[in-house]
Amino acid sequence: MTPTGRRKLLSSLFVGFCAGAVLLALIPLALILFFVVSQGVMSLNLAFFRHMPTPVGEAGGGMANSIVGTLILSGLAAAMAVPIGVVSGIYMSEYAGSRFAAAVRFAADTLNGVPSIVIGLFAYVVAVLPFKQFSAFAGGFALGLMMIPIIARTTEELLLLVPGTMREGALALGATRARAVFSVVLPAALPGIVTGIVLALARIAGETAPLLFTAFNNRFFSTSLRQPITSLTVQVYTYATGPYEDWHRQAWAGALVLVSIVLICSLLARLATRRLERMHARS
Amino acid sequence: MPRSKSRSDVAFRIGTGAFGFVLIALVCGIGVILAIESLPSIQKFGLSFWRTEIWDPVSGEFGALPFIWGTLYSSVLALLCPAALRQPLVFITELLAAIPSIVYGLWGIFVLVPAVRAVETSLPASLRALPLFSGPPLGLGMLSAALILAIMVIPFVSSISREVLKSVPPAQREGAYALGATRFEAIRAAVFYARTGIIGAVMLGFGRARGETMAVTMVIGNNPKVSLSLFAPQYTMAAVVANEFAEAADRLYLSALVEIGLVLFIITLIINSFSRLLIWSMARTEKVVAEPVEAEAAA
Repeated sequence: MTPTGRRKLLSSLFVGFCAGAVLLALIPLALILFFVVSQGVMSLNLAFFRHMPTPVGEAGGGMANSIVGTLILSGLAAAMAVPIGVVSGIYMSEYAGSRFAAAVRFAADTLNGVPSIVIGLFAYVVAVLPFKQFSAFAGGFALGLMMIPIIARTTEELLLLVPGTMREGALALGATRARAVFSVVLPAALPGIVTGIVLALARIAGETAPLLFTAFNNRFFSTSLRQPITSLTVQVYTYATGPYEDWHRQAWAGALVLVSIVLICSLLARLATRRLERMHARS
Repeated sequence: MPRSKSRSDVAFRIGTGAFGFVLIALVCGIGVILAIESLPSIQKFGLSFWRTEIWDPVSGEFGALPFIWGTLYSSVLALLCPAALRQPLVFITELLAAIPSIVYGLWGIFVLVPAVRAVETSLPASLRALPLFSGPPLGLGMLSAALILAIMVIPFVSSISREVLKSVPPAQREGAYALGATRFEAIRAAVFYARTGIIGAVMLGFGRARGETMAVTMVIGNNPKVSLSLFAPQYTMAAVVANEFAEAADRLYLSALVEIGLVLFIITLIINSFSRLLIWSMARTEKVVAEPVEAEAAA
């Protein structure tokens, strides 16, 4: 075979190898989605959303308390993380060149990489140990910690996308820096930032490890912030590791709800960004 | 007038900077608080904590070797799988990266573990004699944990690698084609160009795998024994904290678990700094090559 022929053969082999790697990576992922949907649909019904868990052995029942718990915990997390995340994002983009901004950026990346279980440990020491009480508040605090760096980095990136001429225009009209940011730059990037917040919410709604010993678990319906509270993820964990068939069915249904939340949020975010991009392209 | 304006600007800078400082304070706070809480265990066991295999809450003796071993072993195994370069199927991989780990764990327990058990039992006896495959074929164990980690890390590593490869200047690839390179040779050149960034991506993936808790806890079998066997139930650092923390009643037990968390945190710091450095240094070479004179000199 000529050298050129050999090189061409090697090239096609390599491209085939890449395609094979893609397939190999996608097969398990497709399998996971397939099982979650097929198993989940079988056990998902209206009662799942409206009823409380039943005692072991009794058929039926649902996860109404866990769904409410997940909503409360995510709300608490957002209340803590959105202001801190957005404002520190503003700082990073406004003073992008400064040393301190680089330090904040590094802190955000590190916080983002801290294993969720370690975040849970920290929240336990700070928010559970002093009060000798697992609480929804502690769980929300742990989730908020995970949310801050995501929101901060998204805000920073989106603010940097806003054309510099808009900011310069505002400053040239005599606006102070704060006014330029809050009246001109931030509104321009707002849809994107909201999208980022929705994605961050979707991600923390799926977290389990930081909740295990902060929000803990609760078999009853609770909306008190000072009491332990259950969540979809912790409930799925309890059911999946338990020995009963009924529990396993409920766990699959819970997993389907979790995956749907994530998929719907991602799709919405994608649609929103696409509209944004089109707007930018037009202007 | 200009004076009041500049004062407002200073106030704005300090005000927003204070929020930025919260992030730095949080990272430092996590390190300090974990260190304080793990003091009793550090004082009592010292370095032997990381060398011994004993984990006995009842008699109050703790050694973390099994967890370190399990963590490293499972993370490395997971990374061996996605070694091949992946082409982007961007949207799908990004969605899959967002699936909660508890869902992976659920799938692991009910689908993957039985499948692995079937493979293990069907292995011929001659192979089972090897230390790599010794132990009862439970399905729960290192092999299942490594597989589930690999599945979870793939979308992560491939999406970062894709971004790094996208940052390779088109001129690089066009040049390769212009010289008559085949597709493979052009890709090889691009990968070589982006190598530091890809190594950074792999390290971040390793970080993911090391800190992953729930899915691993559910399939690794949770047994504090050091073993080379892929079939043996083992433990990881994150898994032991998740499993035992809520039950840790006395101070020393708690402290030992927090010390494990502290080490996970320190490893995070190291891996993060190192991979950021790699990606930064890559960004710098990019700028250098963009200048024609430098590029000529390099050629």
